[in-house]
Amino acid sequence: MRASKEEGKVDIPGIIFGHIGDSYEWHIAEGAVIPLPCILIGDGGVDVFMSDKLEHGQTYKGYHIADEGDYAGKIVTAEGVRPFDISITKNVLELLIVCVLLCWGVLGVAGWYRKNGYRKAPGGFVGVMEAVVNFIDKDVAKASIGHGYERFSPYLLTVFLFILTSNLLGLIPVFPGGANLTGNIAVTLTCAVTAFIAINFFAPKEYYKSIFWPDVPMFLKAPLPIMPAIEFIGVFTKPFSLTIRLFANIMAGHIIILALTCIVFVTAQMGAAICAPMTVVSVLFCIFMNCLELLVAFIQAYVFTILTANFIGLAHNE
Amino acid sequence: MNLLTPDPGLLFWMVLSFAVVFFLLARWGFPVIVKAINERKEFIEMSLLSAKHANEKLASIQAESEKLLSDAKTQQKAIIAEALQEKQKIVQAAQEEAQTSANQMIDEAKLSIQAEKERALQEVRSEVASLALDIAEKVIGERMKDAALQKQTIEKMIDEL
Repeated sequence: MRASKEEGKVDIPGIIFGHIGDSYEWHIAEGAVIPLPCILIGDGGVDVFMSDKLEHGQTYKGYHIADEGDYAGKIVTAEGVRPFDISITKNVLELLIVCVLLCWGVLGVAGWYRKNGYRKAPGGFVGVMEAVVNFIDKDVAKASIGHGYERFSPYLLTVFLFILTSNLLGLIPVFPGGANLTGNIAVTLTCAVTAFIAINFFAPKEYYKSIFWPDVPMFLKAPLPIMPAIEFIGVFTKPFSLTIRLFANIMAGHIIILALTCIVFVTAQMGAAICAPMTVVSVLFCIFMNCLELLVAFIQAYVFTILTANFIGLAHNE
Repeated sequence: MNLLTPDPGLLFWMVLSFAVVFFLLARWGFPVIVKAINERKEFIEMSLLSAKHANEKLASIQAESEKLLSDAKTQQKAIIAEALQEKQKIVQAAQEEAQTSANQMIDEAKLSIQAEKERALQEVRSEVASLALDIAEKVIGERMKDAALQKQTIEKMIDEL
């Protein structure tokens, strides 16, 4: 990683941002690195190779990982031009793991119901999934949207389970987890864009009338369209707030846990008398923060889902 | 730090995989589960309702049977009372009939006894008259003239006795 030890100093920001950012390989421990495939579309066509070809600043097929500049840590060509990079990075692999888990879990449960019908009471994992699905379907989608909620229920379920699974996997420190997926703006942005589509693209005419010609005194909408402008901005701030809330919450959680862990390495240079008690403090705080993050993982998935459901409900019942 | 600029590669994969996952789950995943949950809910509600109906039916049947039983009891009492009355009536009628027929028989007997007595008396009278005539003839020794007149005289005498 980029945690370089210069003159015995620990590069704390390097460690932390290295962990919460993306990388081309999956670092498990010193010497245990899983190389991941790089897929690059540049001027010379498509190039596919494993990321260990680029280790330690090596150049392969004219590509290397930039040390500094706008693209620091990313693959660039010799001229410093960034190709269209759809490499299976750590976050992408985590994303695929989440997707596989989701499909396996939900389709497996659906298969159980296909096989056993509704007369048999489920237990174990199927029972848990049934409780979760029922909760999102009835207490979130139906309660917030009301009539016609069935159209949006599968989307809300997908987004809830996706965020929840990503959050929980992010809390596992070793391989199948640990990537900072829901703390990445690209992921939360995509979730928010789907929410934007769900809110706006299926809304009735009254919703658009309430934005562009709201029911307010005339001087507020003509000649200066003050209220329409505010309403129009509101259409975009809603999903934007969803993006930032999820991203910032999960990233902050990862940063705090990493910073608390780093206390051990910082105090290691200050002698055993300081290091020993600080290690105890660090471990205790880490346990506490992990419990808190477990809670946050559920809360953020729930908040994203219920806010989206509420926005959809508002668009339909105005 | 480029934490706030979304990476195009990850964006690409995210859009692709989210779309695929959403498609798969929305088509073959969640509808099946939600449908099963709803069906089970309906089934449970229906079972509760039918159990309630069965209970109500049972209660109504019980009430009906009790009513039937009490009805039968009152009817039975009425029938018994009626039968007793009928019995008394029959007995009374029989008694009355017996009385009447007995009275009739007594009356008839009395009449026939009276008639018999009259006849016997008549016979005795005529016998006595002829006897008296015979005796008188014997006493006198000759035959009386005009026997019929004699007989009339004797009967007049008997009546005067």
